[in-house]
Amino acid sequence: MTTTTPQVPTVRPPASGIGSRARKARKALTSPWASTLAIVIAVLWTVPTVGLLVTSFRPELDIRTSGWWTVFGDAFAGEGVFSLRNYETALYGSSTNMIEFFVNSFVVTLPAVFIPITIALLAAYGFAWIDFKGRDILFIAVFALQVVPIQITLVPLLSAYVDLGINGTFWTIWLSHSIFALPLAIFLLHNFMKDVPRSLVEAARVDGAGHVKIFFQVMMPLLTPAIAAFAIFQFLWVWNDLLVALVMGDLRTFPLTVRIAELAGSRGGDWHVLSAGAFISMVVPVIVFLALQRYFVRGMLAGAVKG
Amino acid sequence: MDWLLHAGDDPVHKLLLMLIAIGLFVALMAIILFVVDRPRNPARWFVGFGFTGVALLLLLAGLVYPAVLTIWTSFLRRNSGDFIGLDNYARAFTEPQFLVVLGNTALWVLVAPFVATFLGLVYAYVVDRSRFEKLAKGLVFLPMAISMVGASIIWKFVYEFKPQGVEQTGLLNQFLVWLGGEPQQWLLSRPLNTFLIMVVFVWIQTGFAMTLLSASIKAIPTDITEAARLDGVSGFGMFWRITIPSIRPALVVVLTTIAMTTLKTFDIVRTMTAGQFGTSIVALEFYDQGFRQQDAGMAAALAVLLFVIVVPVVVYNVRQQRKVEEIR
Repeated sequence: MTTTTPQVPTVRPPASGIGSRARKARKALTSPWASTLAIVIAVLWTVPTVGLLVTSFRPELDIRTSGWWTVFGDAFAGEGVFSLRNYETALYGSSTNMIEFFVNSFVVTLPAVFIPITIALLAAYGFAWIDFKGRDILFIAVFALQVVPIQITLVPLLSAYVDLGINGTFWTIWLSHSIFALPLAIFLLHNFMKDVPRSLVEAARVDGAGHVKIFFQVMMPLLTPAIAAFAIFQFLWVWNDLLVALVMGDLRTFPLTVRIAELAGSRGGDWHVLSAGAFISMVVPVIVFLALQRYFVRGMLAGAVKG
Repeated sequence: MDWLLHAGDDPVHKLLLMLIAIGLFVALMAIILFVVDRPRNPARWFVGFGFTGVALLLLLAGLVYPAVLTIWTSFLRRNSGDFIGLDNYARAFTEPQFLVVLGNTALWVLVAPFVATFLGLVYAYVVDRSRFEKLAKGLVFLPMAISMVGASIIWKFVYEFKPQGVEQTGLLNQFLVWLGGEPQQWLLSRPLNTFLIMVVFVWIQTGFAMTLLSASIKAIPTDITEAARLDGVSGFGMFWRITIPSIRPALVVVLTTIAMTTLKTFDIVRTMTAGQFGTSIVALEFYDQGFRQQDAGMAAALAVLLFVIVVPVVVYNVRQQRKVEEIR
């Protein structure tokens, strides 16, 4: 970056926005240091994933005896062997049986996204548009609860579930994820709801609409992007979660993350199952992420980061 | 009743249970809204509680009450219930096993957020308005979508070790061999292993830093950069004297947010080494003490410790976030 050729500050006609952009683009690309650095980072961020992806298609014996980078030479010589065999083993093999855990991931995630968002939407509306006593102090309390790390709640929650006799079921996992999502969800959705013009709400009220009607007919349509943004966060959070699943669940509810973490411990050298298994667990979040990236970025810029 | 609680091994049963859960929940919400909407001139507190009640009750029972209980438990011996005051905390700060954990945690918080923020910033600045901006950002951004377990497996494969003389299958060791070195058992050698595990975390978080910082870089008014350019500022000077000061609040928000995540992350260390070879951190030690050693008192103390460390970071973060919003 230090070697950019200094541009001679000649008198130019007032630069338009587009003109200056074009100039800056040239700058970034002509600075060799900057470009090299960008390429190094981009490579470092891609190669490890590519390596494991290539590995997941190689025969078990090849994985053990040679590096994945050798396949490019082999493929060129017409010797490369690729198959979906590892995926088959990982999904249906009796010792791995990922398909079952895939179902669990799905069953865990859907309610754990839907339920907290619904509860948070109602609460956010209440805090934003219903003027009841103690509202402000309660909202500040909810806001402050974002500070609480979920670790501090896990042991008592688990013993409460045991006392109720519902431990190790999907219900406790749905409930736990819903609770943990609420402070952030309420805070974010509240901020979005506050931005809805007062005149819209007043107009509906003059027409005789009650709060329930305003909630469904005025707020919901305007909030779709905000809901989408938070839904993606919560989806990725729950699908990729290890801690809650591990603590609250048992063998019948464990999602993919737990299974793969377990394989990494017990069969750490079996890269043919591990690599395929890792990608089986990644495919859904990556698709969702790529499809809805727009909302994700918007949500992130609005502060939707779960700590 | 048992059918509703335990799904067993049957996938159809599980899916049915899921639909039933969603159905029950929708029905509950519908009843609440129906009741709230019923009276002609309802009291405000009644409507207010109708909308916020479920959330408040859940937070009270599921977050506030357990947190208070944990703070109390942290003063008790193991599971016996004897009050031992600050003994658990004293152990955490004196026993060598826990001192390693605390040291590692400090190392994580001091190193990982800064590295991730620095890389994200430099990358965001360099690819800003370049021809490949979208693709370049996408590459760094993608690790945010996958689980920390998945990311750990990707990197564990990079660090894979085979004895000397055998063909290497891990990329890092292969590079070492190509350069004429001896293959290393990376994850066993302290203190290097902690840093190698941090690499995974940085790999995930850099995308986050990049996205936020990129947005603030784009928000710098063009008159500022133009004026600087006319004054002959360019290249590194532009980055150091114009870009950095302009996005300072955003930088602090990114740093503190990543620091918060660092403190609570346990998946990566657990998948990479399970906390062995001197790599454990507080968030993982909490899990081990609470759910493997069954020492509820110690686990509670570690959780409270985590809480106490996180609070000032969050408070600082919120205050800076306010500043960022004011600037916007």
